[in-house]
Amino acid sequence: MEKIGLLIEIKDGEVKPANLGVLTAARGADHDLHVFLLDGDVKRHRAVLENFGAHKIVDIRCEEGALTDNPACRAAAVVEAMEHFDIHTLAGLASARGKDLLARIAAGLGAPLVLDCIRFDLAAHTAEKSQYSGKTIARIQLRGSHAIYGLRPKAVEAQPAPGRAEVVSLTATCPASGLEFIQIRQQTGDAIDLTEADVIISGGRGMKDAQNFKILFECAATMGAAVGASRVAVEAGWVPYSMQVGQTGATVSPKVYLACGISGSVQHFAGMKTARTIIAVNQDPDAAITRTCDYFAVADLFDIIPRLTRRLRQVQKLER
Amino acid sequence: MNIYVCIKHVPDSAARIKIVEPNRIDESVTFIINPYDENAVEEAVQLKKQIDGSEVIAVALGPCAAENTLRSALAMGADRAILISTDSRPDSLVTAQALKAAIEGDGGASIIFTGKESIDSEGFQTMYRLAVALSIPVASSVVAFSLEQGFARVECEMEAGATAVMKMALPCVIGAGKALNQPGYPTLPAIMNARKKKIEHLDLADLDIKKFSGSMEVVELKPAVEVRQAKEIKGPPDTVAEEIIRILREEARVL
Ligand SMILES: Cc1cc2nc3c(=O)[nH]c(=O)nc-3n(C[C@H](O)[C@H](O)[C@H](O)COP(=O)(O)OP(=O)(O)OC[C@H]3O[C@@H](n4cnc5c(N)ncnc54)[C@H](O)[C@@H]3O)c2cc1C
Ligand SMILES: Nc1ncnc2c1ncn2[C@@H]1O[C@H](COP(=O)(O)O)[C@@H](O)[C@H]1O
Repeated sequence: MEKIGLLIEIKDGEVKPANLGVLTAARGADHDLHVFLLDGDVKRHRAVLENFGAHKIVDIRCEEGALTDNPACRAAAVVEAMEHFDIHTLAGLASARGKDLLARIAAGLGAPLVLDCIRFDLAAHTAEKSQYSGKTIARIQLRGSHAIYGLRPKAVEAQPAPGRAEVVSLTATCPASGLEFIQIRQQTGDAIDLTEADVIISGGRGMKDAQNFKILFECAATMGAAVGASRVAVEAGWVPYSMQVGQTGATVSPKVYLACGISGSVQHFAGMKTARTIIAVNQDPDAAITRTCDYFAVADLFDIIPRLTRRLRQVQKLER
Repeated sequence: MNIYVCIKHVPDSAARIKIVEPNRIDESVTFIINPYDENAVEEAVQLKKQIDGSEVIAVALGPCAAENTLRSALAMGADRAILISTDSRPDSLVTAQALKAAIEGDGGASIIFTGKESIDSEGFQTMYRLAVALSIPVASSVVAFSLEQGFARVECEMEAGATAVMKMALPCVIGAGKALNQPGYPTLPAIMNARKKKIEHLDLADLDIKKFSGSMEVVELKPAVEVRQAKEIKGPPDTVAEEIIRILREEARVL
């Protein structure tokens, strides 16, 4: 049996759904999945973790009780848990927090790490990830006593594999690190995380001003979608940088990416090319995106999106 | 203060990447300073202006051609540079050790800036390894930075527009995000002046660096192929909206 450690993130009191994709990807006939819970409410999360194949749930706390938000302390606790259970392989989600935590753990262990991979093979110690601004896919061989992987959110679809899990708890020591966590600051309202969204509606220069983004937010609200933007829209100050998709913004892999008034530059594509289905609404039949998407409409977005919103509202009402 | 900035020499994101060997690209394309490292240099130069007697030193590990990239950092306001040359392609474990050796050999850092990721290897990790090697704290994806009574106060980008506010003892490592600042374009006199600034040369092979049992190696590169057959949705706006709903529901199954 090969023991595999898994980092699970909790958001708003629930296991982040994208984590279940990591659990799915980490399964193997002889894999013993140890789920590390750092924000432990085992009672609450046990059922979902068992449903997705966890064998052991490790409830990690520190002497004072719950682990703090200090990332250095959390990383040290995971390293301690890995040592305690003699775990040499760790996988987690390459979300913003996940990337930070996995990198701290890998650095602490002097272990190889592949972040934002789209696939990994825990037996062969290989992972595939994008390199060169998304223009190539690299296969990376990890060598040494440990191997750590951060899976791109939504790269692997979650599949249930119901079973039973044993719960164990571990009290970790949190050594001083020179780093002090103060607080989380929410800049914009409770926006949906771009990297986790199933559907993203993005606006570019074609939106023309900040006000018009309301059209996209309204449409997104009908189906729990997130709203993204091109760099042009961000640099014009219409929307915050946290909404930028692309090489120098967020990398996203939603099921559907609806691009409105976006030409489809190489740099924008670098951030959303792994979307399952790309739909473009653009007035220009020669825009690059009309060749690199799955569906396009040569139309004015101001004609299409409000109609789409209206129809979606009707459809939703009928179904309720 | 001795302010160090780690600079990576990377292929331009606009360049056409051609794979020439199973795991190598054709390096005859234009190379530039890694975009996030520009934010790192900019922040270092701003910090220098605040603290009298500070010096900004740019450090790169890479081929001899990385000298040009270091000149870009010098034109942006770094005072001098160190090039650790190698023709090999070290992974981030080795890179961090080499950067550590060069920085310590040069006198040691009061603070170190890096980018939050390199756009070629997209590793997101060298700064963490450098910090552990030096036993100092680190924060990455930093979008706000200030120095307060011997502490670095940072805000790090989290998901969905949230930031984590943290304080670190000095020295520390800061991984710069895009939103940290707006790097200015160097002026012509600054570019001319950069030619006169000193670049010290070290050889990776001469550095006494810690060896790890762990390593990462790119064994194969493939072009990221896009297999999409673009289909046009025709018709008046109502038909287009209807068809989008059909795609959302029947093909993507998100409704
Ligand atoms: C180093 C570097 C990094 C970069 N990083 C990023 C990045 O992370 N993300 C990013 O997005 N860009 C990035 N860029 C910028 C990128 O090169 C493009 O400039 C940008 O993506 C273009 O944005 P856009 O598509 O909104 O604008 P444009 O290219 O101007 O396209 C606007 C489109 O809207 C259409 N349009 C206008 N009005 C309407 C309407 N009413 N209805 C329908 N369609 C309409 C037009 O036909 C046009 O195709 C980067 C550039 C560089 C050099
Ligand atoms: N070869 C290198 N030389 C100098 N700095 C580097 C090198 N590789 C990485 N870095 C620094 O580490 C940051 C993160 O790189 P990476 O871990 O490759 O994503 C970069 O933005 C650089 O500041």
